[in-house]
Amino acid sequence: MTSDKSKTGSLLIKGGNLIDPAAKIDAVMDLLLRDGHVAEVALPNKIRGGVDANFDARGLVVAPGFIDLHVHLREPGQSYKETIATGTAAAAAGGFTSVCCMPNTSPVVDSQEWVAWIQQPQRGAVVNVFPVAAATQASKGAVLTDFRGLQRAGAVAVSDDGKPILNETIMRETLRLAAEINLPVIQHAEDTRLTENCSMNESTTSFRLGLRGMTTAAEATVVDRDVQLAQQFTGARLHVAHLSTADALKAVRRGKRGKARVTCEITPHHFTLTDADIGEYNTYCKMNPPLRSAGDREALLVALADGTVDAIATDHAPHATHEKIIEFEKALFGIIGLETALGLAITRLHREHKIPLARIVELLTAGPARVVDLRGRGTLARGSYADVTIFDPKRRWTYEAAKSRSKSRNTPFDGWQLTGKVVATIVGGKIAHRAG
Amino acid sequence: MSKGARGSLLGIEHLDVKEITGLLQLARRMNPLKPHPLLKGKRVLLLFYEPSTRTRSSFEIAAKSMGAMTTLVLSSGSSIEKGESLLDTAYTLRAVGADVMVIRHPSAGAPLLMASHLDVPVINAGDGMHEHPSQALLDAYTILRHKKKLNGLQVAILGDIYHSRVARSAIHLLSKFGAHITLCGPPEFLPELATCLAPGLHITRTAEEAVRGVDVIMVLRVQKERLAGTKIRLQDYIARYQMTLARLKLAKRDAMVMHPGPIIRGLEITWEVADCPQSAIVEEVRNGVPVRMAILAKALGKAK
Ligand SMILES: [Zn+2]
Repeated sequence: MTSDKSKTGSLLIKGGNLIDPAAKIDAVMDLLLRDGHVAEVALPNKIRGGVDANFDARGLVVAPGFIDLHVHLREPGQSYKETIATGTAAAAAGGFTSVCCMPNTSPVVDSQEWVAWIQQPQRGAVVNVFPVAAATQASKGAVLTDFRGLQRAGAVAVSDDGKPILNETIMRETLRLAAEINLPVIQHAEDTRLTENCSMNESTTSFRLGLRGMTTAAEATVVDRDVQLAQQFTGARLHVAHLSTADALKAVRRGKRGKARVTCEITPHHFTLTDADIGEYNTYCKMNPPLRSAGDREALLVALADGTVDAIATDHAPHATHEKIIEFEKALFGIIGLETALGLAITRLHREHKIPLARIVELLTAGPARVVDLRGRGTLARGSYADVTIFDPKRRWTYEAAKSRSKSRNTPFDGWQLTGKVVATIVGGKIAHRAG
Repeated sequence: MSKGARGSLLGIEHLDVKEITGLLQLARRMNPLKPHPLLKGKRVLLLFYEPSTRTRSSFEIAAKSMGAMTTLVLSSGSSIEKGESLLDTAYTLRAVGADVMVIRHPSAGAPLLMASHLDVPVINAGDGMHEHPSQALLDAYTILRHKKKLNGLQVAILGDIYHSRVARSAIHLLSKFGAHITLCGPPEFLPELATCLAPGLHITRTAEEAVRGVDVIMVLRVQKERLAGTKIRLQDYIARYQMTLARLKLAKRDAMVMHPGPIIRGLEITWEVADCPQSAIVEEVRNGVPVRMAILAKALGKAK
């Protein structure tokens, strides 16, 4: 992680369209960064005094650095898929200045030692990395981990991602104890008793291909139960990871209306693709939760627009070729997603579905920052961290998986023409990525 | 993904009527009893990841009766057992000189995966719950030995359709030729989703309704273990869906009874029906050979 106190000098970002939903700003403004923090936000040409460097942002959007609540950096233990260095390089290329990494590594990140290890400078992270620690030991769903210790070591949430907490008593205890220290609990909502041997969404495509399908109920029933549990404890915070169904959205809405502290995230692939895109066993369209029906996707688009959804998260899940280019049922779940998130959001949400740019920026910044309480991030208010993403919302480009910064290439978006491209990613005042 | 080398047979779904008709016509010219060295010097690799009696022996005899060499590779007792991936196995077998690969695999889509990475034709001998194209072709071949055409034929398919690759391939094939198909089984074996396979499919939960007035009855195997995973009791299944002489009487007088095998007498079909004059079950097995000769000849570009 970049040290916050380092002297990074000053950088004046001039003439960009500054979108900072947390501060309710959407206007042409100049932005002065100094020594790792936002020093000033002002109308054009009002900032006086010498600066070390200038950045001409005319025609570009200047936004708070993007925050991804859900990435798999694969360290410790699976560095053949990704490392913290390569995963964060991909994050920077995609405009993300902060990522929350999931604990389903080898071993599982269930101790303070591993939480600390992830954050060591030797890991070579080029963006901020906030570990999510396991909620139960080895994510086995039986014995809770030491939430206080993990939080002290730097964990921003607990989750058994990939291995949902199905046992109601354990989930209740998780929410209750996490509430005591104001720690969010992230649940991968899937009733795995209903999804055994399933490799995609239950649909006409699954029937045609002869693949066992996961029902939408397998997701929605868990979200519904969790929302009810969260309402039992004051202060309990439930975050629904990669929500994918219309029915689960209903449960989230019910919770939000009932004043439960429930938040949720949606991935770019779920708002872009449907299970029909699996076509003839395209394993790059195999993820968990699976791609759903057009109806579910429609519901996600509505929820992204109307404020039900708190964040866009990529669920960046790198896998090696030999884990993906195999029989569909054997192929591992997941795709990489850090570098395509903004392009897909602008192409699908903004251009096709007319969701305002400011709302998209909110879903990538202030929204996720609130979910895990990243203070001083997700905004460009004076005094905030100098994490900035500068992008061109009109630039058309073609994604080439072969040129990905990630170690892996498992993406269905190879060769896609996208609109909206990251121009520069600034982390703690230093340029972490600059488009060529 | 590419569709594989020329001559591959991965499924019925993406074939057109002309291609199917071509294969059936070719099969009619094949005579397993009069060996003809059409495939002399060719190497046919039979790669079986699942046990099989009739499909395997049928492909083997088809290949040999055209003078080809066959090599059988089973998943047990080979490097597959040691964890070799499907593609690595495929590359290895290609390297030893296979000219065509016949594959049976428990995973849906496995033949397509292989075909899209190989420069030799791949023939799907059954993949998971997906397709079993050579079975559908031999069924069509068998029907056409008794009926003038498939168009307009009334066909009932009974049993565990959900788990059946035979059913998927048969439904694709028969509906492409304009047969009227009624599917019958309990919801666990026949979800409403099944109607997506082809336009105009009918679903009924009553065996009597399914077979009334039909020309062809296809009975599918029902595995006891699969019944065990549902709420249906074995006795109830038998009572409601078993193919009996009484139900057969509801069909047309010259209706054919078909079954892809292996049959479990006393479960999905009674003794009497399996052995009755209308039963084409043994004939289907016999017809498997010329049909698979045609498939192999076409795969190797010898379909003159
Ligand atoms: Zn997950």
